Amino acid sequence: MTSTLLLVLAVFAACTVEAVEALTIVLAAGVTRGWRSTIEGAAAALLVLAALVAAFGPALIRYVPISVLRLVVGGLLLSLGLQWLRKALLRASGLKAKHDEDAIYRREVARLSGLPRPAGGRDATGFVISFKGVFLEGMEVVLIVLSLGLSSGRLGYAVAAAAAAVVVVTAVGLMVARQLAEVPENAMKLGVGLMLVSFGTFWSGEGAGIRWPLADGAILGLIATYAVVAFVAVRFLQRGRVVAPPSPEPA
Amino acid sequence: MTVAAALRAFGRFWWDFLIGDTPELAGGTLVVIVIAWAIAHGPGALVVCFPAAVVVLLAASLWRGRRG
Repeated sequence: MTSTLLLVLAVFAACTVEAVEALTIVLAAGVTRGWRSTIEGAAAALLVLAALVAAFGPALIRYVPISVLRLVVGGLLLSLGLQWLRKALLRASGLKAKHDEDAIYRREVARLSGLPRPAGGRDATGFVISFKGVFLEGMEVVLIVLSLGLSSGRLGYAVAAAAAAVVVVTAVGLMVARQLAEVPENAMKLGVGLMLVSFGTFWSGEGAGIRWPLADGAILGLIATYAVVAFVAVRFLQRGRVVAPPSPEPA
Repeated sequence: MTVAAALRAFGRFWWDFLIGDTPELAGGTLVVIVIAWAIAHGPGALVVCFPAAVVVLLAASLWRGRRG
């Protein structure tokens, strides 16, 4: 029960972070290139991502032994989680510039406004920009959904959590009619990184043959241990740092 | 776009996605999984060495990030 809740939280938070980033690109494309092609591009990307999960999820469950699956996807989770955690810790300690959605939005609007537009009908640029933005941000979510869902045997929960995050971010984005710069993205990224590294450690360990004390309860112990390490790391890294200005670089 | 260019772009996408600017994390993950396999065949108390190896890997990567 606890591990299911943690899994849902991890997927929801990871998908929220990526959806906020995708929304920034979609809004910039919609404002500058028109909404029809932009929405079509975003919808097409979501369909492709859903098809990837539908194609690979059940096939992997059916044809790959669970211990191999846990070892491989656990390793993938561990590697992805360490990347997220490293970036979030460097940002939290001021050694790396924080992700600035406002700056990204302004840059994209300026870039897309300068491109020629067709006289009428569909706008290929708007479609492609929107498709790429949603697809590239969504691929990371697909990997997280597949790896967390498959290794725990709860793919349905992982898919539902990801879909819920997309719906929530889209609804809030439409309501406020702008990019969601106020979302505490780095804090969420740090939390997701901690959970991905913990799940990755747990599942790759199980796949390698480790029998964890407390079974699934060990995940909580791993999260707590890595959280303490993260706290100490930020304190250590903050010593003698130079605070970096916000950056429009992709996450 | 030729098939070769498409394959190169596909490979570049996955390289950036999985390895990017932190090759030490991708390579280090393989090393710690080998450590996990060794631990699994040793005494049960050694289980703590696995998360400890992950912490060492993260610390080494953060140290590199701090300098670079």
